[in-house]
Amino acid sequence: MDKQRRKFLKIAGASVVAGIGAPAVIRLTSNSALASEHGTAAEHEEAPAAGHGQASGHAEEAPQGVRLGMVIDLRRMNENPELLDGAVAACIAAHNIPEFPAEKIKQEVKWIWKAPFESVFTDHSVHHAAGKIKNFPAVALCNHCDDPPCVRACPTQATFRNKLNGIVAMDFHRCIGCRFCMAACPYGARSFNWQDPRPYVKKYNKDFPTRMRGVVEKCNFCGERLALGLEPACVESCKGTGAMTFGDLNDPNSEVRKVLDKEFTIQRKPTLGTKPSVFYIV
Amino acid sequence: MYNKGTIIPGLILFVLFVTFPVWFNGFTTAGDLPKPELPPGGEKQCVMPAEYMRANHMQLLNEWRDNVLRDGNREILEIDGKKYSKGLQTACMQCHSRKEKFCDSCHTYAAVKPYCWDCHLTPKETASKEAIH
Ligand code: SF4
Ligand code: SF4
Ligand code: SF4
Repeated sequence: MDKQRRKFLKIAGASVVAGIGAPAVIRLTSNSALASEHGTAAEHEEAPAAGHGQASGHAEEAPQGVRLGMVIDLRRMNENPELLDGAVAACIAAHNIPEFPAEKIKQEVKWIWKAPFESVFTDHSVHHAAGKIKNFPAVALCNHCDDPPCVRACPTQATFRNKLNGIVAMDFHRCIGCRFCMAACPYGARSFNWQDPRPYVKKYNKDFPTRMRGVVEKCNFCGERLALGLEPACVESCKGTGAMTFGDLNDPNSEVRKVLDKEFTIQRKPTLGTKPSVFYIV
Repeated sequence: MYNKGTIIPGLILFVLFVTFPVWFNGFTTAGDLPKPELPPGGEKQCVMPAEYMRANHMQLLNEWRDNVLRDGNREILEIDGKKYSKGLQTACMQCHSRKEKFCDSCHTYAAVKPYCWDCHLTPKETASKEAIH
């Protein structure tokens, strides 16, 4: 009896020590395994540490895979304001976006919208700016940031970055309406459905759902149209004018890169380090 | 037997009460099996055999949802020469164009209230506001 008890205590003691020590051992071994197998940068899609060492928020990592982006030529939009209205209308029609009357403007849902230059580019001084800039209608939409703060904030992964094409997508099925993402997005690109949007949808697109009360929504870079080989609805609406160009920012031969290589472009709030994928020519 | 007059009617009432679900279904239509409407357009082919769909359409829809939204896999399915783009509105409703007579017939019978329709549009709903495309 006594002997057995001694033995039991020994074994128990040994297993406690092993139990405490084991995780450290596993951590050590798995770390070295990781270092040897997955050490290549390509494995780390998000590379969160990269941002800290950089001197400014402007630097970009080496391009990896497809990263869809857009260039908006505000000069063209300014010459022809109908282009901008057409782009907004095309998005509304394609995505069953509700349009609220003026007295319900606080419930507004917007994916792409018109706003004055100084509220779109808040970190550009308009003091002594050219007269045309003062009354310049600019356009804003989700930037499909390469390092999107909305994705970090979302507790349910309803908002996530699609690794295949860089689109910051939403799965409305998962959204719990906590609005953390709206607080996190520095561009006001997200809208909350304070009420059932259906009564305010003017025309239905039968191939797209509406949303329900309590869900957040934003531009999806027309993922559903890209799958059918179509351009985003807003881009298509200004076809032929060069006002909006869409494509893979990482492909040196894409149309969007040709515009970027030729023109001087700006991004919204580049110093925040979100790395927007939407560029503007002013 | 004492109190025959009370016990026998009492027993009869008890039996009637206990068997209520059985004879109630006999007199009403509540027990009739639902008959979901076949596609009004006469389509005979589905993405999967009817038997599979009857039991598993909800899993298939969840799978499609995850394929399309989360995995970015929006490939167009081609089954017996017919093309389907994964989606409740873009595939199912193309043939089963009357949700009220198809989906609802079983869902009402089984007292399930799927929340698909909180966001997804039925053809009837779309028609209520002049459809585009
Ligand atoms: S613009 Fe806002 S919503 Fe869009 S990806 Fe960037 S942080 Fe997210
Ligand atoms: S509102 Fe929805 S998308 Fe935004 S953070 Fe919450 S769950 Fe995520
Ligand atoms: S890309 Fe598509 S979803 Fe985004 S603003 Fe343009 S039309 Fe709307």
